Amino acid sequence: MDALLREYLPILIFVGIAVGLSAIMVLASYVIARQNPDSEKLSPYECGFDPFENARGRFDVRYYLVAILFIIFDLEVAFLFPWAVTFGTLGLFGFWSMMVFLGVLTIGFIYEWKKGALEWE
Amino acid sequence: MIALAFWLFATLTVASAVMVISARNTVHSVLFLIFCFFNAAGLFVLLGAEFLAMILVVVYVGAVAVLFLFVVMMLDIDFTELRQGFLRYLPVGIVVGVVLCVEIVFVFKTWILNPDMATVAAAVTPPLDQISNTQALGSLIYTHYVYAFQASGLILLVAMIGAIMLTHRARVGVRKQTISTQVARKREDAVTVVKVPTGEGI
Repeated sequence: MDALLREYLPILIFVGIAVGLSAIMVLASYVIARQNPDSEKLSPYECGFDPFENARGRFDVRYYLVAILFIIFDLEVAFLFPWAVTFGTLGLFGFWSMMVFLGVLTIGFIYEWKKGALEWE
Repeated sequence: MIALAFWLFATLTVASAVMVISARNTVHSVLFLIFCFFNAAGLFVLLGAEFLAMILVVVYVGAVAVLFLFVVMMLDIDFTELRQGFLRYLPVGIVVGVVLCVEIVFVFKTWILNPDMATVAAAVTPPLDQISNTQALGSLIYTHYVYAFQASGLILLVAMIGAIMLTHRARVGVRKQTISTQVARKREDAVTVVKVPTGEGI
């Protein structure tokens, strides 16, 4: 247990360095740089002219479909990792269990391909 | 050191979870949610559940948080308008919250844990120094819990089909290149030779 956590200590140190460094960079600009704001400096900047519309514009629902399909295949791949690690000891049943799982998701993949969900226009 | 890390992660998890529900800006609350996921992954690592920690980062931070951001951006919320009725709807909100709390208390009071649970849980978990977390999961999911595994596959299929049915619509008037039709087109379909008598026209 302790040996396992010792392997993660460098990551913890890196996280600490990242947090500290980003805090320094943000705070240093307040401390060192001269602050002299006016309304022109603080207004949203879009190549010289005033922005045409609100930045909180709505996105096309097609992005949502792409994202949710990505999540589904992401989860599918997440199931593959323990399977690959224990592949040698699983035996034939474990192999075919994964093949059925992949087959079910391949049916979904064929459906979405045929439906045209992967095409943008 | 471990205790220090635990208190750090636990405090940050709870603090960022509070910020998720109290942040004024919805985008900020999604960012706090991502931070909360990272800290929960840290807690998983401290428990020795490496695989769950990495999956939490990959799936939740990578995918679900992106999805939340999309939803938040698609909603097109006017924040000042959202805040207006806060005091007016506060009594109703408190009543609903109290009712939910009472229900949860009732559920937990009637909760009966399986008396064999401790032995069952201890039996399937090998010690961490002998077998890694990922291996322990892999040796159980695909054989011992095969029905739950296949059910998760079916749930993913249903989610996929549902998402396509809800959000996909075929766009009309889009001109696409279909190479097979182009190749299958013959000279006779496109060109006709008309014999024009001299001096008459068609």
